[in-house]
Amino acid sequence: MRVAVIRFPGSNCDQDCYHVLKNDFAQDVEYVWHKEGSVEQFDLIVLPGGFSYGDYLRCGAIARFSPVMRSVAAEAERGKLVMGVCNGFQILCEARLLPGALIRNGSLHFVCEHVHTRIENMETAFSHAEVAKSDGKLLTARTGLLLRMPIAHGEGNYTADEATLKELNRNKQVVLRYTDARGALTDEANPNGSAESIAGITNRAGNVFGLMPHPERACDALLGSEDGKLIFQSVIESAMKKTKTSGGITKRS
Amino acid sequence: MKATVTVMPKKSVLDPQGVAVRDAMGHLGLAGVKSVRVGKFMEIEVEGGDEGKLHEICRDLLSNPVIEDYELHVES
Repeated sequence: MRVAVIRFPGSNCDQDCYHVLKNDFAQDVEYVWHKEGSVEQFDLIVLPGGFSYGDYLRCGAIARFSPVMRSVAAEAERGKLVMGVCNGFQILCEARLLPGALIRNGSLHFVCEHVHTRIENMETAFSHAEVAKSDGKLLTARTGLLLRMPIAHGEGNYTADEATLKELNRNKQVVLRYTDARGALTDEANPNGSAESIAGITNRAGNVFGLMPHPERACDALLGSEDGKLIFQSVIESAMKKTKTSGGITKRS
Repeated sequence: MKATVTVMPKKSVLDPQGVAVRDAMGHLGLAGVKSVRVGKFMEIEVEGGDEGKLHEICRDLLSNPVIEDYELHVES
């Protein structure tokens, strides 16, 4: 299985994603420059965080038209797994691979802190796995489980019209919501004012995932949390399964 | 061709910048400011120019129709 970490000018979480995938999860991972024409040869595509194109115009608005994104959209359409973190989430929304948009935080402040998010649906390709932490304890996905991960963004305020929000809820596309440390949805625990405390969603087909928290910064006890491992474990297992069952959706180049 | 594009947050979308500016205006002593909305204004110069194409670009790049409306004015 091969994993791509897409690099845009201004990506700055690319190395963190690469590190986690390679060193914590022993994956065959490669950087892919945004000018590359194809990501067809990969089984999992990660769009990392950062400030692609300086966030000019709108976050992700220009990156969305990078040459590689045409291929990312085509592979997403074919059912390949795509995960966007933070700026990656913004790019996926701008590319219309995910519904809605991410606007300026309600407070106008750039927020940089650890938050709690609650798994709203443990049936997704990105939120179902079990993983061992460094102390040997198991972290087992279940709906309602809290994951503590850092956020660092100025535009993480998820917004969508009523019909879209209804659709997201009906199809169980909301994967993560911000909660307090006890798992309660409160305005105080919502760090950016996002609609219905949404922190992460999938597309309708369930193969494209965007989230504002940074799981790649929560995979090491030294960094204060290993909860992000659950996300990576899930997406890697899902991608492996897809690769196997389709006899390899990947063409080796 | 010269064109200008105004991009504004949709009425239905909260504009945190507008709210902050409104409050600041109050702090500066202007009472009764009901609402401020902050958008973008772009000036474009293009040789030749195709108004249809400009609209397409307004929709795809210069604005995000999920959260914004645009107005395109073309001066010949």
